[in-house]
Amino acid sequence: MNRQDTQSVVLVGVGGQGILLASEIVAQTAMKAGYDVKTNEVHGMAQRGGSVIAQIRYGSQVNSPLVAKGTARVLGALERIEALRYADYLTPGGLVVVNSQAITPVTVSMGAATYPDNAEDMLQDQFENLIYFDAAQKAIELGNIRVANVVLLGVLSTGLDLPAETWRKSIATCVKSTYQELNLKAFEEGRNMAA
Amino acid sequence: MKEGKQRLRQLLSGNEAIARGAYEAGITVAAGYPGTPSTEILENAVLYRDAIYCEWSPNEKVAFEMAAAASCAGARSIVTMKHVGLNVAADPLMTLSYIGVEGGMVICVADDPGMHSSQNEQDTRQYARFAKIPIFEPSDSQEAKDFVKIGITVSETYKTPVILRSTTRISHSRSIVEFEGRQENPKPIGLEKNPPRFVPIPIWGRKMRKKVEERLQQLSQAAAQSPANRIEWRDRQLRIVTSGIAYQYAREVWPDASILKLGFSYPYPNRLIREFADGANSLLVIEELDDILEQHIKALGIACIGRDYFPGIGELSVTVLQESRARLEGKEFCGMSSPKYIDCLPARPPVLCPGCPHRGIFSALGKHDVVVTGDIGCYSLGTFKPLNRMDIILCMGGGISMAHGLDKAGEKKKIVGIVGDSTFFHSGITGLLNIVYNKGCSTIIVVDNRSTAMTGHQEHPGTGLTLMGEKTTAVSIEQIGKACGIERVHTIDPYNVKETQRIIKQELESEKPSLIVSRAVCPLRARRKVGAIRRIENEKCRACGACLKLGCPAIDGSKEKPEINEYLCYGCGLCEQMCPFKAITDTEETTS
Ligand code: SF4
Ligand code: SF4
Repeated sequence: MNRQDTQSVVLVGVGGQGILLASEIVAQTAMKAGYDVKTNEVHGMAQRGGSVIAQIRYGSQVNSPLVAKGTARVLGALERIEALRYADYLTPGGLVVVNSQAITPVTVSMGAATYPDNAEDMLQDQFENLIYFDAAQKAIELGNIRVANVVLLGVLSTGLDLPAETWRKSIATCVKSTYQELNLKAFEEGRNMAA
Repeated sequence: MKEGKQRLRQLLSGNEAIARGAYEAGITVAAGYPGTPSTEILENAVLYRDAIYCEWSPNEKVAFEMAAAASCAGARSIVTMKHVGLNVAADPLMTLSYIGVEGGMVICVADDPGMHSSQNEQDTRQYARFAKIPIFEPSDSQEAKDFVKIGITVSETYKTPVILRSTTRISHSRSIVEFEGRQENPKPIGLEKNPPRFVPIPIWGRKMRKKVEERLQQLSQAAAQSPANRIEWRDRQLRIVTSGIAYQYAREVWPDASILKLGFSYPYPNRLIREFADGANSLLVIEELDDILEQHIKALGIACIGRDYFPGIGELSVTVLQESRARLEGKEFCGMSSPKYIDCLPARPPVLCPGCPHRGIFSALGKHDVVVTGDIGCYSLGTFKPLNRMDIILCMGGGISMAHGLDKAGEKKKIVGIVGDSTFFHSGITGLLNIVYNKGCSTIIVVDNRSTAMTGHQEHPGTGLTLMGEKTTAVSIEQIGKACGIERVHTIDPYNVKETQRIIKQELESEKPSLIVSRAVCPLRARRKVGAIRRIENEKCRACGACLKLGCPAIDGSKEKPEINEYLCYGCGLCEQMCPFKAITDTEETTS
C-alpha cells in the first residue's frame, strides 16, 4: 500500500465565487481517472461572503479529507489576497494559480482594515511557481463572469497528472447542459494560457 | 434506482450517504429541522420520496417525537438535527430510551467541532451515555451509509433508538460509496395496545428502568462483536484507540500503529478494549472533543495517554496530531507557522449578502439607543460592524424570551427582540405568549425572509410548501401574534427605509408589546435581483460615507469615493435611500 502518492489540491476564494463547483470538477476528474478521492467543503455561515476553502485529495488510498499544512501540490485562488491567506497549505515549490481579481472585504470598506496595494509583489515573493492573471476578465470575454472558476481550473489542471479528456468529461457532467459549451471553452482557454 | 450486477459507486458527502443509507435500510419516515452540518441529509432523503416520507418539522423535539411514534408503531425512522438540536429534543430522547421502539430508529446528530457554523461545541457521545442508548461514529461516507443500516438492525434487535454521530468533516466531506439495494421492513405497521409497554407512568416506568440497564449489558457484548468495531494489527509497540474522523487523521500521522477503531463506541465494547490493550507498551486514545473514551479506559484500570497530548477544544486534523506526535516524542514541531503575509491581510468574515432584507432593519435600529436581543440565523451577522445592532444571542427562540427577561430586570433602555421566521415557528411562539401573559412591553421584530436561509433556504410552516414539494397552508405570523394576545401587530417592507423607521420609532415609544413582521423574500432564495442595479455618480458623491454604514459587500469603500460592484449589487435600493446627496441612482440595465 502506497500512501505517499496522495495528491492534494486546495481551492480558495470568497463565498459565492463558485468554489464548490470547481472542487466538484476536480474530485470527479480524479475519480473518473480511477483514484480514491476525498474532498472537504465549507457550508453554512462561512459561505455568506466570507473567505472559503475547498480541499481535494486523491491517490490509491486516501485517509484524511483535509489537506495537511505544507502538502498541497496546487493552490488555486479565485481572489488575489486569498492565496496569501492559505499559503501555508502549499508544498514548497507547488503550483499557485491566482485570479488577479480583488474583492474588497467589508472590513476594508468600513475602514477597519486595509487592502494591500502591493498584493502582486507579495504573491511573487511568497510563491516560486506562480501564475497570476485576470480570470474574471477572461470569463467576461467568454460571455459570463461566473466561469472564472473554470478558467482558473484550466490553468491549474496543468499542474496535476490527470488526463485532459477526463477533465472535459467531468466538466460536462458537473454543469447544466445549457452551460456546458461555455464551461468547456473556459477550461480550454485556461489550459491554453498555461501551455 | 436500478441495481445492476456491478454496484454503482458514487462520490457522496457524508450527508448524502446517510440519506442513501436510510433508503437502503428500508426507512419509511424521516423528519428533522435544518441545522449545519446536518441539513443535507433530509434534502437528499427526499430524493427517495416514493419510498420515504420526509418532513421538516417546526423544531427538533417535534421531529423526534413524530419519528419516535412511527418507530413505536413498527416503522423504520430517522430523525436529523445538529448537535444543539438534540438539546431541544432531549426530553423525548431520555424517555424514549425507556419505552424503546419496535421498528428501527436512527437519531442522526451532526456535531460541529471547531464551531464552523454553531454557537457552541457539544459532544453528542455524552447524550448516548446520558440516555443509555447505543451510538455509532462513521469515519467516512461509506461508513455513514453502512452505519445507518447496522444502526437499524441493532435498534430493532434491542428495541432501542440509536444515535448516529456525524461531525462537520464527515457530513461535508465527500468520499466514494458503493450502492446496494433497499431492504424493506417486514413489520406490519400499527401501535400495539399494550400500555405497560408504551406508558412510562411510575409503576411501569420503574420496570422499564431496569430493562434499560440489562439492555446496556447486552449491547456492550454486541458492540464487542459488531462489524462496526475492528482491531487493525500493525506494529504492536504503538496502539491507538480512536473513532470517527479522528481515525483518518491517526492513520496518516501514525501509519504503522495498531488501531482499535470504534464505530459502535457506546455501550463500551469492554472485551474488545481489553483484548486490544493487553500487553501494550503505549496506548494512545485519540478522540474529537470530550475525553469520554479515555476516562472510561482509565476506569477499566488501563493506562493510556489522551487529553494531555490531544486537544479537546476545536477540531483535530493531521496537522494538530503531527504537533501532538512531536510533543509525545519530545521533538520540535515547526509545521504550525502561519503564512508570511497573514498580518497584512484584511479579515474577511461572513457578512449579510448584498440585497439582504435584514440590512434595512439593522440600519433602522441603528438610529435608536436600544438593547437588541438576537437569535440564530443569517441575521446573527447583524452583530458585526458597521451594522453592530445585536447585543446578545443565546439559542433558537431566545431572542424573544430574553427581551422579556431584560424588561423585567429593569433594563433602562428600550428592548427589541429579533427573530427569524423559521426560528419564530421553531421556538419563538411560547416566548411571545409569555410577554403577553406576564405583561411585558418589548418590541419583537420577526425578520421574515420566507425561508430558513442560513442553512440553505429550507421550507417551514410559513412558506406554504412542504419538504416533499407539496402545497400546504402557509401559517400567518401576524395571526399567531394576534392569537397570542399581541394587539400591536405591523407588517413592513424592510427595503422601504422611511416606513421602516417610522414604524420602529412608533413601536419603541409604545408602552404595549408589539410584533413587527418585516417581510421580504431572501433574494438568494428567490434567485433574482430585488430591483435595478445601482451606481454611484462620482461627481455628485461627497464621500460622506452614509452608504457605507450599511455594510453592503457590493459597495467598495476602499477608494477615495465609494463604488458599487455591478456584479455583486442586488438592487435593493437601500443605499440610494441612505445617500443625502442623491448620488446613487438606477443603472439603465435591469435584472439579468
Ligand atoms: S442597491 Fe446598494 S445596498 Fe442594495 S445591494 Fe446594491 S449596492 Fe448594496
Ligand atoms: S452616501 Fe452618497 S454621498 Fe455619501 S458616500 Fe455614499 S454615495 Fe457618496
